[in-house]
Amino acid sequence: MTTLTTAAAKTEAIEKSSIDAKIDAKDDKDEPRELRVKPIKSGTVIDHIAGGQALNVLKILGIAGTTDATVSVVMNVESSKLGKKDIVKVEDRELLEDEVNRIALIAPAASINIIRDYMVIDKHIVDLPSEIVGVVRCQNPNCISNTTEPIKSRMLVKAKNPVLLRCIFCEQPLTDRIAEYLI
Amino acid sequence: MFKKRHVLSMREFSREEIDSVLDMAQTLEPYARGKRSDMLAGKILALLFFEPSTRTRMSFETAMKRLGGGVINLGPAEGSSISKGESLADTVRVIGGYADALVIRHPKEGSARLASEFSPVPVLNAGDGAGHHPTQTLLDLYTIKKEQGRIDDLEIALVGDLKYGRTVHSLAYALSLYGADVTLVSPPTLRMPESIRTDLSGKGTRVREVCDLGKVVNNVDVLYMTRIQRERFPDPQEYNKVARSYRLTPQFLAGARKNLIIMHPLPRVDEISPDVDGTPHARYFQQSFYGVTVRMALLKMLIGGGA
Repeated sequence: MTTLTTAAAKTEAIEKSSIDAKIDAKDDKDEPRELRVKPIKSGTVIDHIAGGQALNVLKILGIAGTTDATVSVVMNVESSKLGKKDIVKVEDRELLEDEVNRIALIAPAASINIIRDYMVIDKHIVDLPSEIVGVVRCQNPNCISNTTEPIKSRMLVKAKNPVLLRCIFCEQPLTDRIAEYLI
Repeated sequence: MFKKRHVLSMREFSREEIDSVLDMAQTLEPYARGKRSDMLAGKILALLFFEPSTRTRMSFETAMKRLGGGVINLGPAEGSSISKGESLADTVRVIGGYADALVIRHPKEGSARLASEFSPVPVLNAGDGAGHHPTQTLLDLYTIKKEQGRIDDLEIALVGDLKYGRTVHSLAYALSLYGADVTLVSPPTLRMPESIRTDLSGKGTRVREVCDLGKVVNNVDVLYMTRIQRERFPDPQEYNKVARSYRLTPQFLAGARKNLIIMHPLPRVDEISPDVDGTPHARYFQQSFYGVTVRMALLKMLIGGGA
C-alpha cells in the first residue's frame, strides 16, 4: 500500500504519544501537530527532506509506482529549519547506510530514523560519500559515460551543501537540477 | 614520479611535475633536432586517433622515432574493429597488449580517462572532445619558458574563442600555478566559462577580461591567439565582424613590448596575418616544433629508463 499525504490533508489522525511525534517535536518544536501522520511500527523515517523533493527521494531509493512497500509521503509541511520540508516513511524496511546517503544528493539536511517496535533505535544525518557510483548521470551529452561503454557513471562529491558533483570522466560539474539526472 | 602514470589532464600535474617535464624537454631538445638516440629502442607507441589530426599525431610519431622507438597506428576506423562496434574499453585492452604506451584522441569527453582504466600501459590524452589536451599545454609552457626565460609573473593574454577552446582552458589553469597575470580577450559570446574564471581567481591569479584586442597588445609579454570558429555564430555577418576585429596584423604590433611573443596552437586560418610571420614576435612555428621535444620528454619519463 502506498499512502500519499500532503499538507492539504491536514486532518489526518495522529496519535498523541506516537514515536513520530517525538521525532518531529525534537526537531521542529513549532510544527503544528495536525500535520503529522500515523507512526510506523518498524521501518525507516526520512525527515527534513527539502520541501518538494520527497518523490525524488523515493526514486533514489528505487521505490517506483508499483512497489509493494507501505510508504507514506508528507510534502511541504512547515519546518523551522527548512521553511518547508517533506517526510518519507518506509515500513518494514531498514534502509542501508549506502542507500540513505544517496539521499543527501537532493536533501543534504535529511535525517534518517530507523524504527523498531515504535522506537527510534538509530538516528543520523545523511552524509554523502566522496564518490557516487551509478546513481547520477553526467549532464554532458558528449561524455563517454553517456555511451554504451562498459562503465558506470561516477561522480566526485566536491561540496555537500549545496551539493556540487564533478564527473570523474569529463570533469563537468553538476550542481543544479541533480534530480533530473538521477539514473 | 612519472613511471607508468597516465597523462590525462593538466589538473593532475603539480608545478613541480610540470617543471620536471620542461627540464627533461630541455635536455632532449638536441635529439628533437636530429641527434641520434636509442633511448626508447625496442619500445612501441600505439597511436589511437579516432579523429583527424596532423601535427599532434605526427609529432608523437616523430618524438618516438627520434628516441629510437617504433610506432603502430590504429588507421582509419572503416574496416577496423571499431566499425564492427567494439567498445573503446576493449580496443585499449587489446592494443595495450601490443604497445608500451597509448596515445588517444577521441571525440567524446572523458574517453582518455576511460581508456586509462582499461589499459595495461600508460595512456596519453591527445584530445578528448572539448575536454583536455595536456601535451599541448605542456608544449605551450615550454615555449614560454624557452622564449621568455621564465613563466613566473609574466603578463599573458589569451585571445579568441575562450569558451569552447580546450587549449586555453588547460593553459589558463597551468598558468595559475606560476602566478601569471592573465588577460582574457574575447567577444562577449565567447567568454571563458565562469567555472574556469572562478578557479583561476581562487588560485590567486590576476584575471581581467576585455573585448578589445588593440587595448591589450602593448601591455603583455605573451599573446596567445586562438581560432574563432565560424560555426559558433548563427549569423555570418556577426562572425565576419568579430573575426575581423580579432585578426592580428603588424599594425597592432607597432607599440608592442620588445619581448612580446605571439603563440598559436595552429592551424591558423586568418586570425594572424601572414605579414606577422616575419616579425621578431612570431613564435608559433617554434611552438609547433617544441611539441616534439615535450612529447619526447613525456615518453622518456613514462616508458624509458631512469628519470
